[in-house]
Amino acid sequence: MNLSAITTWVNDRAGLEPLRALAHKKTVPLHRHSVWYYFGGMTLFLFAIQVGTGILLLLYYRPSAENAFESVQFIMTEVRFGWLVRSIHSWSANLMIATMFVHMFSAYLMKAYRPPRELTWVSGTLLLFIVLGFGFSGYLLPWNKLAFFATKVGTDIAGVVPGIGTFLLRFLRGGDEVTGATLTRFYGFHVAVLPALVTAILFVHLYFVQQRGMSVPPSLAGKPLQTMKFVPNFFLRDLMGWLLALGALAALAALFPWELGEKADAFASAPAGIKPEWFFVFMFQTLKYLPAKIGAVDGEVLGILAFGGGGLFWLLVPFLDRQSAQGKSSRWFTLIGILILLYIVGMTIVGYAE
Amino acid sequence: MENTNTPVTTRRKFINYCLGTSLGATLVATFYPIFKFLVPPPITESTEASVVAAKVSELKPNSGKIFKFGSKPGILVKTPSGEIRAFSATCTHLDCTVQYKEEAQHIWCACHNGRYDLMGKNVAGPPPRPLEQYTVNVRGDEIIVSKG
Ligand code: HEM
Ligand code: FES
Repeated sequence: MNLSAITTWVNDRAGLEPLRALAHKKTVPLHRHSVWYYFGGMTLFLFAIQVGTGILLLLYYRPSAENAFESVQFIMTEVRFGWLVRSIHSWSANLMIATMFVHMFSAYLMKAYRPPRELTWVSGTLLLFIVLGFGFSGYLLPWNKLAFFATKVGTDIAGVVPGIGTFLLRFLRGGDEVTGATLTRFYGFHVAVLPALVTAILFVHLYFVQQRGMSVPPSLAGKPLQTMKFVPNFFLRDLMGWLLALGALAALAALFPWELGEKADAFASAPAGIKPEWFFVFMFQTLKYLPAKIGAVDGEVLGILAFGGGGLFWLLVPFLDRQSAQGKSSRWFTLIGILILLYIVGMTIVGYAE
Repeated sequence: MENTNTPVTTRRKFINYCLGTSLGATLVATFYPIFKFLVPPPITESTEASVVAAKVSELKPNSGKIFKFGSKPGILVKTPSGEIRAFSATCTHLDCTVQYKEEAQHIWCACHNGRYDLMGKNVAGPPPRPLEQYTVNVRGDEIIVSKG
C-alpha cells in the first residue's frame, strides 16, 4: 500500500475532510504588525515542551519535604541528561511566560479583543492566570530555601484577601504553615489540576481563534490587505521559529544549567536577596514600597486589592472598551495598556537593580 | 385553547419537580464532600508552654539565634549590652523568618527589607506590627523561653 492509499483508508473511517478543509481555509493577513501573529504559536510550542519534559521529570521526582530536594539533586547529578531535561523544563517555563506576555500585550495593543473576539480574550486571560499558577506551584517543587520563602510570602498574600483569605491560605498550604503538606498539594496542582484546566481552556481559546480568524488592528481594518495561506506557508514559518526556540533552549540549558540552591529549612532565617520568579517581581517590588499603614488599612491589603482589581480589569477589557467596540480608536485604552506595560517593566528592572 | 391546568401538565410539573430536586440533591451530595475534603483538617497545635532555646554560653553579645518553639521559629537576641530577649521569628508582614543583623544591631527581614528594633518593635519597612515577645528565664546555663 502506498501513502495515498493509507490516507484514503484512514479518511474513509475517520472522516477528516472537514478538518482538512478548515486548515486550508485559514489565512493570515499581511501587514506591518503581522510579526506579532507568531507569538501565540510560539507559546503553544513551548507549552508542548513543558508537557514533554514535565512527564520525564515525573519519573524521578518525589513530592515530599524529605525527598523532593534530594530527588531533584539526583536528577541533576545521576540521571543521564537529567540536568538537560530539568534545565529545559525551567528555561522553557520562563521563555513560555515571556512569549505569552508578548502575545498578550500585542493582542491588547492591536485591540484584538474587539467584537466578535471578546471570548477569545477572556479565555486567554484565564490561560494567563493558569500559567502563572504553573510557575508559582512549580517553583516550590525543588523545595529549596528561596522557593520556600517565596511560597510563604505568596500564600500569606492570599491570606490577606478580605473575607475568604483564611480559607484560601489553608487551602493552598494544606494547613496553617508551609510544610510538606503544601508541597504535596502544589505537586497535585502542578502535574494534574492545572494541566487538565489548561488543556480544556487552550482548546476553547484555539477554537475561538479558528472560528473568527486573525484580527486586524483598527488602523488597518477595512483596508484591502494581502493574505498568506496558513497551511503550508505560515505554518512553515511557525516551524522555523520553533526550531530557533529549540536551539535557544538547548543553548541556554547547556550554558546556564538551572540552579538548585540550598534545601529548605523551616527553622532558618529568610536569606538575603530573596525574590520570587521574575514575572512576580513587579508585584513583589510594589509590596516593598507600600508603607505599613495607608490610613487605617494595612498597606499590603490595599496592594493586593489593587492587583486583584487589575486582574479583573484585564479580564473584562473587551466589555469596558466601548470605543473600539464601535470601531473607533480608543486612545485611553492604548494609554492604559502602555502604562501597565511600563509599570511592569519598570518595577521588574528596579527589583533586579537593588 | 385548552386549559393549561389539565392533569397532564400538573403531572409533568410534578415529575419535573421530582427530577429537579433529585438532581440538586445528587449534586450537593457529590460536591459537599469534595469541598470539605479540599480544606485541610485543623491540627491540634502542640501547646508547648516553654522550651530550652539555647545555652547562655553559646550566645555572644550582639548576636541572635533561631530556635524551635513548637512548630514555629522563635528568635533569641542578646543585645550588645548583654541582655537576652526572645521574640516570635515570624515577620508580621508576610510570614518570612527574620534574622539578627549584627552590623546594624537590629532584627531584619530579608523578604521586603522590614526592620525591628531590639524590643521587637517594627521601625522600618512594611511590617505592620511588632514581633510577639516571649518571656526569658535563665536557669543555670539554660535559656528558657515561655509564652506570655
Ligand atoms: C503537564 C505539564 C507539566 C508537568 C507534568 C510538569 C512537571 C514538573 C515536575 C515533576 C517538576 C519538578 C522537578 C523540578 O523541579 O525540576 C516541575 C518543576 C517546575 N515546573 Fe513543571 N510541569 C508541567 C508544566 C509546566 C508549565 C506549563 C510551567 C510554566 C509555565 C512549569 C513550570 C515549572 C517550574 C518553574 C518548575 C521548577 C523548576 C525547578 O526549579 O526545578 N511546568 N514541573
Ligand atoms: S515578610 Fe518580612 S518584610 Fe515582608
